[in-house]
Amino acid sequence: MNIHEYQAKQLFADYGLPVARGVVATRVDEVSQACTSLGGQCWVVKTQVHAGGRGKAGGVKLVRTIAEAEDFARHWLGERLVTYQSDAKGQPVHSILIEKCVEFTQELYLSVVVDRAKQKVVFIACAEGGVNIEQVAQRTPEKILQTSIDPMVGPLPFQGRSLGYQLGLNNEQVRQFSRLFVNLVRLFIERDLSLLEVNPLVIKTDGELFCLDAKANVDDNALYRQAKMRALRDISQEDPREAHAAKFELNYVALDGNIGCMVNGAGLAMGTMDMVSLYGGEPANFLDVGGSADKARVTEAFKIILSDEHVKAVLVNIFGGIVRCDIIAEGIMGAVAEVGVQVPVVVRLEGNNAELGADMLAKSGLNIIAAHSLSEAAQLVVKATEGQQ
Amino acid sequence: MSILINKDTKVICQGFTGTQGTFHSQQALEYGTQMVGGVTPEKGGTVHLGLPVFNTVQEAVKATGADTSVIYVPAQFCKDSILEAAFAGIKLIVCITEGVPTLDMLLVKHKCDELGVRLIGPNCPGVITPGECKIGIQPGYIHQPGKVGIVSRSGTLTYEAVKQTTDAGFGQSTCVGIGGDPIPGSSFVDMLELFEQDEQTEAIVMIGEIGGTAEEEAAVYIKQRVTKPVVAYIAGVTAPPGKRMGHAGAIIAGGKGSAEDKFAALEDAGVTTVRSLAEIGTAIAKVTGWQIK
Repeated sequence: MNIHEYQAKQLFADYGLPVARGVVATRVDEVSQACTSLGGQCWVVKTQVHAGGRGKAGGVKLVRTIAEAEDFARHWLGERLVTYQSDAKGQPVHSILIEKCVEFTQELYLSVVVDRAKQKVVFIACAEGGVNIEQVAQRTPEKILQTSIDPMVGPLPFQGRSLGYQLGLNNEQVRQFSRLFVNLVRLFIERDLSLLEVNPLVIKTDGELFCLDAKANVDDNALYRQAKMRALRDISQEDPREAHAAKFELNYVALDGNIGCMVNGAGLAMGTMDMVSLYGGEPANFLDVGGSADKARVTEAFKIILSDEHVKAVLVNIFGGIVRCDIIAEGIMGAVAEVGVQVPVVVRLEGNNAELGADMLAKSGLNIIAAHSLSEAAQLVVKATEGQQ
Repeated sequence: MSILINKDTKVICQGFTGTQGTFHSQQALEYGTQMVGGVTPEKGGTVHLGLPVFNTVQEAVKATGADTSVIYVPAQFCKDSILEAAFAGIKLIVCITEGVPTLDMLLVKHKCDELGVRLIGPNCPGVITPGECKIGIQPGYIHQPGKVGIVSRSGTLTYEAVKQTTDAGFGQSTCVGIGGDPIPGSSFVDMLELFEQDEQTEAIVMIGEIGGTAEEEAAVYIKQRVTKPVVAYIAGVTAPPGKRMGHAGAIIAGGKGSAEDKFAALEDAGVTTVRSLAEIGTAIAKVTGWQIK
């Protein structure tokens, strides 16, 4: 689960990390009030969306007058921000974070993440932070410093000192950095985060370290024990169809093609999409109906798939496993009849009683084509869409 | 022989009296797995499915001599259950449950390694040595004793590979679902090492997915250590780059993790790769020279 920058900064403040005391506004007049109450001559206004790359997309601006801040708010509030990390529709902007300008001399990069290969939490730091961090990492990987956290011991101050000196900080800054290191890792572990990123961490003109940006993602599997984090969820930032599907324990991701896919198991769902594209088709979605593909879930899955108007045909691929295929076939027939599916539906059933299931589908009188193998199913569904173009 | 489990494996089930534990233990018993008991705190002393129920794993091990445990408890209790089994002297733990927090797994994995306990999963279909022992949620009837070792990150994709090797008449030595979580108890490399040493296994099927670098690590290992033919399939060629995990994910992966990267790494290691999921069986026939039934 993603959270907003302003929420992440509140968490940072709870852990004694140096962040700006900003104001969140949802209306234009609140933006001007925020500038006045913060004081000063210069502010940074930042759109609050769940996507990185806001700066490059125009979603972050340095303003020197209240009028400029208001113009920014008028332009973005209610709009959608498209960044290189978002999809083509972008993310809706419902709030803007206003902070006083900070003058700085250097930008650094910090992050905390779980390294799958090392099987440890790792802390990453780079003396060259800012918007081009990915290029720095690609061109000069030796500049990316890392230290692993021992799962039994946790973060130790010496690790922070060691990184601080390697980053070229002075003694006073190293002392600050060491505290920052320990507290960021504590925050990561105690709040069950899956990603924590500070880009940039800046050295202010007075020499102090300061977290100019803050990004945090929470491990979905740990939300049950993180009530405070659960409360930070912003549904408006999630794809409505995906959120709706999640309510029925269906894992759905919308794509750009025209062949709807309904599959049990995430791996098989990806494999099925790959088969469709291998035969020249384009999948309209990823959809994992999960282990128990019963009528209620299949019905809901059809509704979600067909809510995408680009869908010209649907491929259902179920590996029966322990559930009998004749029962799954009944579920599919019931769902097709109930939803009133108008497009051709190709069904491939495998597993227990697969033949019986296929026979029932073939004789159903509904617009269902029973396939006998996965390759046949993929070819049939691609053909079905071609016929309609 | 086979790997990990066989007809002599003595299995207990943690979460034995729950819905999942009950259903799948029943299936395992019907398959012929040597289930010797189960653990459900506060239900010790009762009998379930004709087997004794214990309050703790320690008691169960003492009374039954179990060396293997299968776990069906809810995700929030998995850390506790896995470590209970590990500390009680269980040597192989198979955790089926999905949704275990990643930070729990970091601790669990570290401790299991320290204690020399092998963990399979979580979030996996389990392990099966056809005709001898089934531990997990796989449909037993699609399997057939034979000579192909299968290791996979995905459940239903494993069944596809199993079905094809059964239909072709090759059968399987052992099938292991290592699970799709970021921190799995066992990796492809761990299983490849066992399959390479196992006499019954004559060819290996490896089924991967996009994300992480486990397949790339497997490729390096295969190049150096595996002499048996390996057929690999990677799911997710058409999956979109997806919701990026900020910069950190990209940096840590060093630009690795796409299906094409994984195919390339495996091909470089001499692995036969298939782009179509339906061609796993034929690819094995081709690389081994075996006749399809």
